[in-house]
Amino acid sequence: MADTAVVEKKRTISFGKKERKLLTDPINDDNPITVQVLGICSALAVTTGMKNALVMAIAVIFVCIFSNAITSMFRKSIPKQVRMIVQLIIIASLVTIVELVLKAYAFESYKQLSVFIGLIITNCIVMGRLEAFAMANRPYESALDGLGNGIGYGIILIIVAFFREFFGKGEIYGAKIIGASAEYAINTTESTLFGWYQSNNLMVLFPSAMFVIAILIWAHRAWNPKLVDVS
Amino acid sequence: MELVNIFIKSAFIENLALSYFLGMCSYLAVSKTVKTAFGLGLAVIFVLGITMPINWLINTVLLSENGIFGTDLTFLRFILFIAVIASMVQLVEMVVEKYSPALYNSLGIFLPLITVNCAILGGSLFMVSKEYNFTESVAFGLGGGFGWFLAIVAIAAIREKIKYSNVPPALRGLGMAFLLTGLMGMAFMGLMGIDPAAF
Repeated sequence: MADTAVVEKKRTISFGKKERKLLTDPINDDNPITVQVLGICSALAVTTGMKNALVMAIAVIFVCIFSNAITSMFRKSIPKQVRMIVQLIIIASLVTIVELVLKAYAFESYKQLSVFIGLIITNCIVMGRLEAFAMANRPYESALDGLGNGIGYGIILIIVAFFREFFGKGEIYGAKIIGASAEYAINTTESTLFGWYQSNNLMVLFPSAMFVIAILIWAHRAWNPKLVDVS
Repeated sequence: MELVNIFIKSAFIENLALSYFLGMCSYLAVSKTVKTAFGLGLAVIFVLGITMPINWLINTVLLSENGIFGTDLTFLRFILFIAVIASMVQLVEMVVEKYSPALYNSLGIFLPLITVNCAILGGSLFMVSKEYNFTESVAFGLGGGFGWFLAIVAIAAIREKIKYSNVPPALRGLGMAFLLTGLMGMAFMGLMGIDPAAF
């Protein structure tokens, strides 16, 4: 124990191969959503539009980085029996900050995300990384791990939101791209090549998020066969 | 009658797992066998049924403007709710460990993870936004827990059967569970009455 402490002090803050791995692993091999199965609920609920997905991704990245760093700073003084409550209070305070900031500066998104901002607290990614990583590593590495996992989560969120928004509403980031011709005649004067698409409202409803993520998992595992579930 | 209505509504029509997709992480991870799913489902009913009225009391007595402090303290809601939930889960964990070590071992890490089961915190937040009174919040908690229990036992049963089917390798396990949940969600949407805008 004493030996490792000495070694830890000698290591300086750097950005080498190991640190890069901390960042890139959660994006592919160890993706929070498609591999670790963490944080599914919010991924399903907020992905009806890319704007909301982006706000949510930024909020989760913020909470991930700071909760990991703060927990890691206190990791030696948190008693094991009450660690869950301590971790949750750290997360809950950060989420309260996020909520108040969103309420002040992005009220539209705040209203649309409603309950799901509060549910970042119970987003298993944050909690899971605290348990698995921050309780055993230095603040700097923990913050990087939080950033990596937040980005891995955000990328999936934005991909899912893209498909759901595009096929569900015919929009990309709120801008109308395709739609039925009758709709175009009412809303715009310009004619379009893509006037034939009747948007599929099922894509905006909850079950479609399940299907989109299932297909993503399928594609991810077909492309990266070492992730295939053998059991 | 009102209470029975709320129970039925929260269990079937507004099912926490299949209509709002709350508590998905443990739902997907623990639904490999019916036995563990059954145990986790019961634990969720218990925790939801207890935390909901406690959180109702905290929200109305301590945090609301008409409460004992006389000021609007709702910004503390997240912290207090999650603290109540975490301590209740700790209690359930100790009880299960004492009376059913087999169940304790099979639930493993997922028992403490009930704390971060969004169905619990989400239920409490819905209870606040729907402005239920005390008895209604008890009915909502038990109904929501029962609905979640039904959903996880149902998918565990389906997953036990699907093990014998010839699924493409990359879709095995997790991917299939997602597809099944989506299909079950569509089935439950029939109970809700599909949004007319969908056509």
